[in-house]
Amino acid sequence: MSIDLSIARGDADIGLSGIEDTPARRTTLAVTLPYYEFREVLSVRDGDAARFRTLADLAGRSVATLGGTIAYEILLGAERQHGIHAVSYEDDVHPYSDLVLGRVDAVLLDHVLAERRQRTIAGFTIQPQTVAIGHYVGVLAAGNSPLRDAMNEILRGAMRDGTLERILREWRVWNDDQPTLYAKLLAGEPVQPVIGLDPSTSVVTLTKWDAARRYFPSLLRASVITLALSCLSMALAVGIGVVIATGRVYGGPPVRGLLLAYVELMRGTPILLQLFVLYYGLAAAIRLPAFGAALLGLALNYAAYESEIYRAALEAVSTGQLEAARTLGLTERQVLTLVRAPQAFRLALAPMTNDFVALLKDSSLVSVLTVLELTKQTQIFATNLGSWVLPGTLCAALYLLMSLPLAALARRLERRWKTPST
Amino acid sequence: MSGTTESGNVVLRIDDLQLRRGARTVLAGVTFGVERGELVTIMGPSGSGKTTILRAVAGLEPFHRGGIDVDGVTFAGGAPVHRETLRQLRRKVGMVFQFHCLFEHLSALQNICLAPVHAHGVKPDAARRRARELLQTFGIEHRADAFPRELSGGEAQRVAIARALAVDPPLLLMDEPTASLDPQRRGELGELLRRLRDQGRTLLLATHDEDFAREFATRVLRMRDGVVV
Repeated sequence: MSIDLSIARGDADIGLSGIEDTPARRTTLAVTLPYYEFREVLSVRDGDAARFRTLADLAGRSVATLGGTIAYEILLGAERQHGIHAVSYEDDVHPYSDLVLGRVDAVLLDHVLAERRQRTIAGFTIQPQTVAIGHYVGVLAAGNSPLRDAMNEILRGAMRDGTLERILREWRVWNDDQPTLYAKLLAGEPVQPVIGLDPSTSVVTLTKWDAARRYFPSLLRASVITLALSCLSMALAVGIGVVIATGRVYGGPPVRGLLLAYVELMRGTPILLQLFVLYYGLAAAIRLPAFGAALLGLALNYAAYESEIYRAALEAVSTGQLEAARTLGLTERQVLTLVRAPQAFRLALAPMTNDFVALLKDSSLVSVLTVLELTKQTQIFATNLGSWVLPGTLCAALYLLMSLPLAALARRLERRWKTPST
Repeated sequence: MSGTTESGNVVLRIDDLQLRRGARTVLAGVTFGVERGELVTIMGPSGSGKTTILRAVAGLEPFHRGGIDVDGVTFAGGAPVHRETLRQLRRKVGMVFQFHCLFEHLSALQNICLAPVHAHGVKPDAARRRARELLQTFGIEHRADAFPRELSGGEAQRVAIARALAVDPPLLLMDEPTASLDPQRRGELGELLRRLRDQGRTLLLATHDEDFAREFATRVLRMRDGVVV
């Protein structure tokens, strides 16, 4: 999708890299002749080769693929038809490593990708049945058809004189499907973008209203995931943050040093890296589910920021308040829970709300762990529609719907505590 | 050096109290006593150690030498005060800070009830009844549900006194009680303290206010350079 956008923006003239021919691309971009025909194939663990031959065999199972691809569209159809669970990845390596680890039960991807991965990852079988047929094309900006036509001439020439065959053989991806494709193209016969995918599933031919209606339920579901993930992560971050802050204010030097190291580590390294380490890096030792890893990753990262807010808030409560509490006979624990923490909480509320809204948006990062949250779902919608305008607007509206009430609630609480009712 | 009492009815006795902050000597051997029912003011220039004495008596300021006895609870300098001794001391001493230090998140009534309920195990209903009585005594019952930021300086001070008296300590310490009061409120405070003294309370005040001390104190101690002169 980012190649499509870059081409449409004019960052580059030609986009080429296993780009699939789709109805959406044909509508929004100038698409070249297809130069390669691929098959969507199912890969399963060696031990499951006999029982998982088709998508229909995978009811109730997780099937992985790259997000925003024809394969993903097929899986969404199979979700409705066979009750499988589609899992979207950002790259074409981790679906296979997670398949072998047991996080997913099958992978649906282009045979080129499956065969290439099989050379480096052992333990999975590529099923012989073809699920769908697609084509790789070059893409150019919609207004750049003269260059596209010139490219088509070059491609036809390379098909005729065997240049393409020589290149594809060199890269070990040549097969018998290609001469048939080239013959059709050279004879001027039309080639369908995809064979085996119900064209009615494409949103590109729908009106904007119908497209929105088609995708809105999945955007709403993704919003629920975003909200649930954000709320749970924040709750955990607050809990851990309180413990860290308390340790940093009341603990001895070793405890304070250790907690400071944690805070600096979490604040000083990218959250994306932390998510990768948690989900993929530790997979050999702890195989966390995607949602669990996302929740834990966000919580551990935000706990570091929360702890700094709470520490500063605890230290902002005046010594006079603490001494007054002590002279009244309260224990140190009571001073903390009855006097210091309640006052600190009021000071921390505004930055906490700010962090929660930031977390709501940062939760979009967990799509790299295959969690289908709102931004990821919007990206899929935009890819299939070939435009970001409508999906982006809907996505922004949903984020605002979630964040604005939070901000309003925080303002209300701040007002209430500022001018308490008598 | 003077200020000691020979009476057997002594609520506070301080012997040779010495306290340093780094190289600076803050208290250089303070000795005096306060009898039950007395209102004693400690006077002296800024930095002479008036407030430090109150803080040491309240167990807020560790000291290096000497000893303090508050109604039978004794602790000495040079070592941390034992937790149990501190617990007993808190029952003997109430303290009203210069800036009152009312808990901002609690109403006047809640400020007064906090210690009886949580530190001394008084039932909430009984603590509220006692708190309302104190507020009524001080003429601010109508401010029971007000939060500290809604109180005037005089009201806040009365709530702070009520809070300190809620657990009925024999000794009440007050730091610069007239500092933020206009003449009328200052007079009202003096009358209030006099009533408390008449009820048998013992009060030790640190103040700069010569007129107030002259009018309401039963005895005046003067400090200079960390000693009672």
